[in-house]
Amino acid sequence: MTSSSISMPSLTRLAWSRTIVDLKQFFRIPEQVFFTFLLPVLFLVLFSAVFSGDVDGPPGRSVKFVQYFLPGIIALGVASSTFANLAMSISTEQHEGLLKRLAGTPLPKSAFFAGRLTSSVIITVIQTAVLLAIGVLLFGIDLPDGPGRWLFFIYLLGISAALGSALGIAATRMVPNARAAGPIIQAPFLVLQFISGIFFQWNQLPSWLQWIATAFPLRWMAQGFRYAFLPDWFGETEYGSSWGWEIPTVALAAWMVISVVLALVFFRWTREGDRR
Amino acid sequence: MPSPVVTIRGVSKSYGAVMALRHVDLDIYAGEVFALLGPNGAGKTTLVEILEGYRGRSSGEVDVLGADPGRGDARWRSRLGIVLQNTTVFDFLSVEETVVHFAGFYPSPLDSGHVIDLVGLGDKRKARCSTLSGGQKRRVDLALGLVGNPDLVFLDEPTTGLDPEGRRQLWDVIRSFTALGKTVILTTHYLDEAEALANRVGIIIGGEIVDIGPPDEIGGESRFIATVSFRPDGALTERAIPPLDGELTRSGPHVSLRTATPTAAVATLIAWAADAGVAEIPALSVSHPSLEDTYLMMVAARGGTESTETGAAA
Ligand SMILES: Nc1ncnc2c1ncn2[C@@H]1O[C@H](COP(=O)(O)OP(=O)(O)OP(=O)(O)O)[C@@H](O)[C@H]1O
Ligand SMILES: [Mg+2]
Repeated sequence: MTSSSISMPSLTRLAWSRTIVDLKQFFRIPEQVFFTFLLPVLFLVLFSAVFSGDVDGPPGRSVKFVQYFLPGIIALGVASSTFANLAMSISTEQHEGLLKRLAGTPLPKSAFFAGRLTSSVIITVIQTAVLLAIGVLLFGIDLPDGPGRWLFFIYLLGISAALGSALGIAATRMVPNARAAGPIIQAPFLVLQFISGIFFQWNQLPSWLQWIATAFPLRWMAQGFRYAFLPDWFGETEYGSSWGWEIPTVALAAWMVISVVLALVFFRWTREGDRR
Repeated sequence: MPSPVVTIRGVSKSYGAVMALRHVDLDIYAGEVFALLGPNGAGKTTLVEILEGYRGRSSGEVDVLGADPGRGDARWRSRLGIVLQNTTVFDFLSVEETVVHFAGFYPSPLDSGHVIDLVGLGDKRKARCSTLSGGQKRRVDLALGLVGNPDLVFLDEPTTGLDPEGRRQLWDVIRSFTALGKTVILTTHYLDEAEALANRVGIIIGGEIVDIGPPDEIGGESRFIATVSFRPDGALTERAIPPLDGELTRSGPHVSLRTATPTAAVATLIAWAADAGVAEIPALSVSHPSLEDTYLMMVAARGGTESTETGAAA
């Protein structure tokens, strides 16, 4: 018989073991690797190969297209690797009864979420590194200029990954069955990508679309990463007075809080029918 | 009797208008195999999942290993092994990866390789779960339910989809678990399984426990009524059947007697046949109703299978 003196596995060990399993599952599903991991890389290469011109800043000044495009794609990659990845994989696990299985074991829920968060941060970091490497080696982009910009870049990466993960966990509630996960998560996400200044220049969008996008974090992520990679003089034309590190920092911090609250309110460990 | 591991008092559960359980009282003791039998929709899974902490109850008290299942902590959970009715596997992990992963959740798990062998998946150790057959996936489920070295194991229709050999293997595993003082709560539609494994059986129909007892005592009095049957051929054809205790019926060439005293009846028949110079009575047999006969009678007597609507019952 098990004696109560034998200690339970530590939270760190459990979280790490969950992280490894999450990573294995992620990288073993080809569709998932393609849509969330490779697609942003593909976008970077294709768009940058096709549009070789410049993007205009203030009158008479401009930056190379890829220098402008890459930060948006990094934002997109973070959102894919955290939000889309978790929303789809967790809702599938939920509907296939795998979460119910885990809930029947002594695994603490905190270890489950810690594993999910860690694995999606690891995926994000690998993806961002790949995007940066391609940007530098293939297209010769300029990296963030000085420690201040680097610090801001790392803050953006961390907070975006965290809030993306939390939002992905919350969004599982919108998915009614395992097969619906793809369309229900990807469709609104795709729309948001188009209106958040990733594929189209922000100041070329009609202002009502700008207003909609402003209510979501992806716009702030894209703008923030752009600030980290572009010269100070560039952005006032495009973003007006919100150009700089201050407003994106505050907007994303607020979204961080909102996301965690949404995750806590909406996430269900089991399907509705099983509720107590 | 050892102390109860599970105590259930007055538990009812309704899903909207459907009463899935009605005032269930039940004790389950350490070291026993308890089998719940009942038609589809009788409330077996509902009851088991209340004990596992997955579902709440509408009323009543439940104690499982000293805790209310709704409030059990990780240490309490580590003493349970759960095999749910629906098979679910992690498609993209191998059998071994899955079992080792789950073993890591427990304070003193069994050896993963040993458990994989126990459920008969030794040669599928490295196979991705998505490539397994239905019965093999079920075996993964079983391995995950056992690997934590639980004190109390819940098996909801564990042998569904298993081949006969797999069923026997699982029976042996269950017996070896109870030999260590562990307790098993099992639901099944296979009456032979209940007969072979269970110390006690509970029959649940329409959300009510209608009988509890050892498999050979379920049905009470009705189980003592035996059927003596034979075929009065040749020299026996003309002879009148002697007076016998019980209820005699004829169907074609066969005569059968439902009686509470089969030994006396057989003695009378032997003397009667010997009188006619017949040493062997053709097709003589004595049978007691099986658990299956009794169970089917109980279900038929209750006139239905499904749990009923509250309105109809009130
Ligand atoms: N989540 C649920 N929501 C609504 N009704 C439910 C739910 N789960 C079970 N029921 C109903 O409760 C009753 C008992 O169901 P349960 O699953 O406990 O039966 P069971 O004895 O396990 O049946 P089976 O042998 O088919 O597995 C059924 O009438 C079923 O329709
Ligand atoms: Mg059931």
